[in-house]
Amino acid sequence: MTAVVASAPRRGASWTWRIGLALVGLHVVVGLLTLVWTPYDPGAMTGGRLSPPSLAHWAGTDRLGRDVLTEVMIGSRIALQVGIGAVSIGAAIGITIGIIAAFATRWRDDALAATLDILIAFPTLLIAMLVVAASEQASLGTAILALGIALSAVVARLTRILAKRVIQTDYVTAARVSGSSWLAIVREHVLPNIWPTLSVNLALQFGLAVIAEASLSYLGLGAPPPNASWGRLLQEAQGTVYSAPFGAIVPGLALVSLTIGVNLFADGLRDLADPLRRGRG
Amino acid sequence: MASYIARRSLILVLSLFVAAIVLFALLRLLPGDPANALLGVGATPEQIAAARAQIGSDQPLTVQFARFVTSLARFDFGTSFVSKAPVLGEIANRMSVTAPLTLAGFFVAVIIAVPLGIVAAARADRWYGAAISVFSQFGIAIPVFWLGILLVALFAIRWRIFPSGGFPLKGWERPGEAAVALALPVLTVALVIAASLVRYVRASTLDVLSSDYLRTARALGARFPEALVRHGIRNGAVPVVSVLGIELATTLLGAVVVERVFALPGLGSMLLLAIQQRDYPNVQGVLFVSTLIVLLIGFAADILQRFIDPRLRTTGADR
Repeated sequence: MTAVVASAPRRGASWTWRIGLALVGLHVVVGLLTLVWTPYDPGAMTGGRLSPPSLAHWAGTDRLGRDVLTEVMIGSRIALQVGIGAVSIGAAIGITIGIIAAFATRWRDDALAATLDILIAFPTLLIAMLVVAASEQASLGTAILALGIALSAVVARLTRILAKRVIQTDYVTAARVSGSSWLAIVREHVLPNIWPTLSVNLALQFGLAVIAEASLSYLGLGAPPPNASWGRLLQEAQGTVYSAPFGAIVPGLALVSLTIGVNLFADGLRDLADPLRRGRG
Repeated sequence: MASYIARRSLILVLSLFVAAIVLFALLRLLPGDPANALLGVGATPEQIAAARAQIGSDQPLTVQFARFVTSLARFDFGTSFVSKAPVLGEIANRMSVTAPLTLAGFFVAVIIAVPLGIVAAARADRWYGAAISVFSQFGIAIPVFWLGILLVALFAIRWRIFPSGGFPLKGWERPGEAAVALALPVLTVALVIAASLVRYVRASTLDVLSSDYLRTARALGARFPEALVRHGIRNGAVPVVSVLGIELATTLLGAVVVERVFALPGLGSMLLLAIQQRDYPNVQGVLFVSTLIVLLIGFAADILQRFIDPRLRTTGADR
């Protein structure tokens, strides 16, 4: 039983990892491409309304006659901006706080740990909704900032737990005794050791951030066109889902392919980082 | 155990206090004075001053904050700027949609996820074990609102089995209609939550399957299903229960989004409308109540976890 469990997914893990990489790569290429070229001008009324897929419009047009494929491609770029932006902000704040908490002595550590527990309990989406609503005009930047801050508590808590484990090892004690500075220990021992596990979590957070931003946009709290995210496209296409299904299907498929790609990629990273976990969903 | 509950209660109270600070700060960041929402465009300075005095936004921040916290503690959220109705009554009203949606969605999800997760682990080498894992991969990558749109297209528009949205005006006075109105939203939320739960159940079952005690039980002659039920369930349940709280909170947030897909008059649509209308008392009330619920769920899940796993009570593994 164990032999089967251990060997079968191991082979599987390597090809699922490649699928993940390919899906993410596709979105990166498409996203970069939209900076220089899109099939049509974004936002331009280019054809009949709600027309089905054709050679001219591979994914059809929406209710204003805009090319769905163009909008979806721009959505790739927006989603990558959201993911990279939110994860960068979350990682910068979270890792810093987590490491400080890990090095802190008894009561300070307790206080920081309790604070992180408190912050994690907050419903991310609700806070993000409020922050976005609080800003004068809904923009992508505020959504990214809100999601990044929300995500930083999760990163900080994980960093603290992982870093504490490293700090308690003998080699860190040896480094301390031999006079290494606080920063040197962080740079040479803590960060390299916690990075494998941390990077997997950051990849998962990327997917969650993309979905959260799409939800905000779907609820009407996202950036307006022509820089609309997939969530906004889906909201606009919802009313015509039956007469023009492509407008509601293609943006959704794009979103799912990116989040699945990131998740598979994260699973692969985890298997690479920790052979013992191979075969766990 | 008692000391843990005391400690956890303290964290709960502190969390609520932090929630109050966050809410207070964010609401003060909202553009313009809240008093503006009470007034028309051509209000005179005297009217503005009167409105500010009525709301209390002419007081120093510390006084405002103290008032804010005491009124939250008394569940007094004031009255809506727009409808002039008490906020708490409106929330209770909306809860008659959101609470059944969340709870039913959650229970259906657990009913789907537990057997699927166990099968996916126990039969990982069969095609259906693998198929379940693929289902869960898709499920966690799908935004709940998109699944809702697709289910509406199929079940409501194509097959006309369920209504595409809306809720009977009389609410639960017509239990049949209300239940039918919630069927598709419940299914939507349940599928998404089930997909992520399956992963935990599967991982937990895999741990149980490779455990020494299960091997020992088998060596002593217990048949595989019997050994799994007798020894596996309680051990396997611990990590799953720890995520159930998070999943229930996620279900609530999913419900908030799904209400928009199905045009349901729940807490989520109340919040969205309040944000659009800059109806601060309503925004504040909904956010505080939903945060309170999420925090209470986390509290209950942590306590429950210690009840079913005695090991956690004695070790210092509180965090």
